[in-house]
Amino acid sequence: MDGLVMKAGGWLGLALLALAMAVMAVDTPYAVHMTIMMIAALLALWFTMSRADYGAIARGILRAPAHQGEYDDDPIRWGVIATLFWGTAGLAAGLFIALQLAYPALNFNLEFTTFGRLRPLHTSAVIFAFGGNALIATSFYVVQRTCRARLAFPSMARFVFWGYQLFIVLAATGYLMGVTEAKEYAEPEWYVDLWLTIVWLAYLAVFVGTIVKRREPHIYVANWFYLSFIITIAMLHVVNNLSLPATIFGSKSYAAFAGVQDALTQWWYGHNAVGFFLTAGFLAMMYYFVPKQAERPVYSYRLSIIHFWSLIFLYIWAGPHHLHYTALPDWAQTLGMVFSIMLWMPSWGGMINGLMTLNGAWDKIRTDPIIRMMVMALAFYGMSTFEGPMMSIKSVNSLSHYTDWTIGHVHSGALGWNGMITFACMYYLVPRLWGRQRLYSLRMVNWHFWLASAGIVFYAASMWVAGIMQGLMWREYGADGYLVYSFVETVAAMHPMYLMRAFGGLLYLSGFIIMIVNVWATLAGKVRDEKPMTETPHNAAADRPLVAVPAE
Amino acid sequence: MAEPIAEPRFSHKKLERNITLLGLGALAAVVVGGIVEIAPLFWIDNTIEKVEGMRPYTPLELSGRNIYMREGCYTCHSQMIRPFRDEVERYGHYSLAAESMYDHPFQWGSKRTGPDLARVGKRYSDEWHRAHLADPRSVVPESIMPPYAFLAERELEAGDMSDDLTALSRVGVPYSKAAIAAANADLKAQADPNADGAEELQARYPKAQVRDFDGDPSRITEMDALIAYLQMLGTLVDVEKAAPQDQGDAPVPAKVAAAAPAKGGNP
Repeated sequence: MDGLVMKAGGWLGLALLALAMAVMAVDTPYAVHMTIMMIAALLALWFTMSRADYGAIARGILRAPAHQGEYDDDPIRWGVIATLFWGTAGLAAGLFIALQLAYPALNFNLEFTTFGRLRPLHTSAVIFAFGGNALIATSFYVVQRTCRARLAFPSMARFVFWGYQLFIVLAATGYLMGVTEAKEYAEPEWYVDLWLTIVWLAYLAVFVGTIVKRREPHIYVANWFYLSFIITIAMLHVVNNLSLPATIFGSKSYAAFAGVQDALTQWWYGHNAVGFFLTAGFLAMMYYFVPKQAERPVYSYRLSIIHFWSLIFLYIWAGPHHLHYTALPDWAQTLGMVFSIMLWMPSWGGMINGLMTLNGAWDKIRTDPIIRMMVMALAFYGMSTFEGPMMSIKSVNSLSHYTDWTIGHVHSGALGWNGMITFACMYYLVPRLWGRQRLYSLRMVNWHFWLASAGIVFYAASMWVAGIMQGLMWREYGADGYLVYSFVETVAAMHPMYLMRAFGGLLYLSGFIIMIVNVWATLAGKVRDEKPMTETPHNAAADRPLVAVPAE
Repeated sequence: MAEPIAEPRFSHKKLERNITLLGLGALAAVVVGGIVEIAPLFWIDNTIEKVEGMRPYTPLELSGRNIYMREGCYTCHSQMIRPFRDEVERYGHYSLAAESMYDHPFQWGSKRTGPDLARVGKRYSDEWHRAHLADPRSVVPESIMPPYAFLAERELEAGDMSDDLTALSRVGVPYSKAAIAAANADLKAQADPNADGAEELQARYPKAQVRDFDGDPSRITEMDALIAYLQMLGTLVDVEKAAPQDQGDAPVPAKVAAAAPAKGGNP
C-alpha cells in the first residue's frame, strides 16, 4: 500500500510541478512541453491507480506475482511496435527533407516545415526513436533469455519504456517549435536532457538488476555490449549536455563549454553516439540474434573478448576526426586520426565474428531471407567501418569534410547496418512474442530485403558522386589562377544526385512499409498462402536417368 | 570453446561472472580517451591563442544567434574556415580558435549545403540579407535554402536578456555587471537608431553595428536580430595582426580573401 501511495504521490507531484512550470513559462514551447509533461504524469497516475491490485494489497498477502514461469515480454512487445512506428516517422521525415534539397518549394514557407527544423527531427527519430526503441526492446528480450531470469523491477521497466516515449515526444515537438541546443544529435534542451537522464538510469538499473538475478554463471557476450552501451551513453549524454538555463521557467539554455572545448566535447559525444548507440548496442543485437537465427554458436569466443575491449577502448578517441583542419589543436586531430584508423581492426573483428557464425550454415543465405538481411547488415557494417577510417585520414578528410560524402557514409552505416539488423531482429521477434507459427509472409521479407538493398545502393552511390564532385569543384582552380566555380554552381550541380538519393530513400521506405504490412498481418494471426522459401523444390518425376527410346 | 590452460593468473571468466567488475572495466575503458584528449584543452594555454578584438556578443547579436540556432542554420552552414588556399580565397582568413571562445555552444557545423558563414559579416548589405532571407531564390536563383520571411513579420521576443547574459557570465563569458543590467536597453539601442544609449553600447561592445537592420525602424523584429548577428560574424578580429607566428608554410592570409566570392566560370 505504501508503495502505491508513493508512486501515485510521485506522479501527482510531477504533474503539479509541470503545471506550475507551464504557468510560469516565459516562452510558448516551454509551456507546451510542460503541459505535455503534465498530461503524461496524469496518465501515469491514472494507470497506477486503476491497475493496482487493491484486493491483494488489502489482504496484505505476499502473493507470488503471476507468470513467474514466463519471461516478462510486455515492454518488449510495446517496444517492437514503437520501433516500427518511429521508424516510419523517421524514414518519412528523411525522404521529405531529401526532397526539400531537390525542390526547396517543399519548405512551404512555414517555420515548422523548414529543412533546418526537420533535419534534427529526422536524425533523432531514426537514431533515438527507431534505434533506441529497438535497443531497449531487444536488450530486455536478450538479457532475460541469456540470464534465464525475468526482468528485475518490472514497473521500472515499464517506466523506462513510457518515459523514453515521452522523451521522444518532447524532443520531436521541440524541434518543430525550434527548441534546440544546436548540437548535432544532442539537440534536446536542458529539461528534456534531465528527463532522459532519469529514464536512462532506470534503464541501467533494470538491465543490471536482471543480470544480478541471473541463473547462468556467465554473462553472455551480447550483454557486455549492451552494458557498455548503456554506461557510455549515460556518461556522454551527461557531459555533453552540461548547460545552464537562462531561467528555469524557459526552454533556453547555454552550453557549459565554448568554442574549441565545446567542439571536441560535442564530437566526442557525437562520434560515440555512433560508436556506442549505433555500434556497440547493435553488435549486442547481432551477438544474440545471428547465432539464434543461424542455429550456430558464435564463431570465436576469444575474438569476441578481444574485439569487445579494443572496440570500446578505441572508439572514444576517434571524435577529433570530425574536426580535422579546424581550430582544434593539431595534436588532438592527429590523435583522433590514429585511433580512428586503429578502430578499423576491432570493427572488422565484430564483422568477422558475425559472418563466420554462419560457418556451416551458409546455405541459409539462399533460403532464409532473415539470415540474408543479417549478412547484408554485417557486410555494410564492414564496409562503413572501412570507409570511416579512410575518411578520417586528414588528406582524405580535407576533400570529404563538409560534403555529402559524409552523409553517404553515415547512411551506408545507418541504412545498411543498423536498419538491416533491426529489421532482421524484428522479423525474428514478432512471431515469437505474439505466439504465431511464423511470419505472415517470408516472401515479403525477401521483397523488403531487395528494396532496401537497392535503396542503399542508390543512396550511397549518389552521395559518393555528389560529395566527391562537390569537394573537387570547391577547390578547382582555372589556368588564370582563380577559383573556377562559385558556391552556388556547386549547389546546382548536385541536383541530379539529390534526386537519385531521394529515389533511394523512397525504395528504402517502400521496403519498410512492406514490413509494416507483414508485421500487421502477423499480429492479426494471418498466414499468407505462398510458396515456401526454405525448401528447395524437388521434382521426383524428373529425378531419373535418361533412357534411350528406340526409334519407331 | 575455452582451452584447458592450468589456472592462468588472470582469466576473462572472472569478468564474465561479475557484473560489477565488468561494468567498472567497461567504464574505465571508455573514460581514458576523454580524459587524455579533451581535458588538456581546458588547461593547455596555446589551445586558444590570444587575439585582439574578441568581445562577447551584444544582446541583439546574441538573440540573433539564438534564432540562428533555433532555425537549425548549423545543419547546412559551417562557421569554420579551414586553412586551405581555396577556402581562404572563398571565405576569408582561416578561423582562429579565439574567434569562437565565447560561443556557448560552438556553431562550427559539419556540412556545407550552403557556404561557410564564419566571415559573412559586412560582405553583403542589410537589404541583400533581408531579400535573401525572405526569399533566397529572389537573389540567388539556384539556391535551395528555405525561405524565412516570417522573421520580418515577428516582433523579437527575447525575454529578459539579462537572464541570458547572467547565464553566460556564469559559464565564463566576461559580461560586466553593468552590461548585464543594461542588457535590455542595449538590445533596443542597437536596433533603433533613434533610441539613446548607442555610445554606451559601443563602449561596452567595440565595433558593435548600430542601425535598423530590417528596414522597419518602427519595431525590432527577429529579422533585425538575425541580420545583426550575421553582419558581425568574423568582423571582430583583425586577422592580419593575428598572423601565424612561426609556421613558415602556413597559408598566406590572402588580401584577396576579403574581396571576392569566387569568380564565376563555365562549369
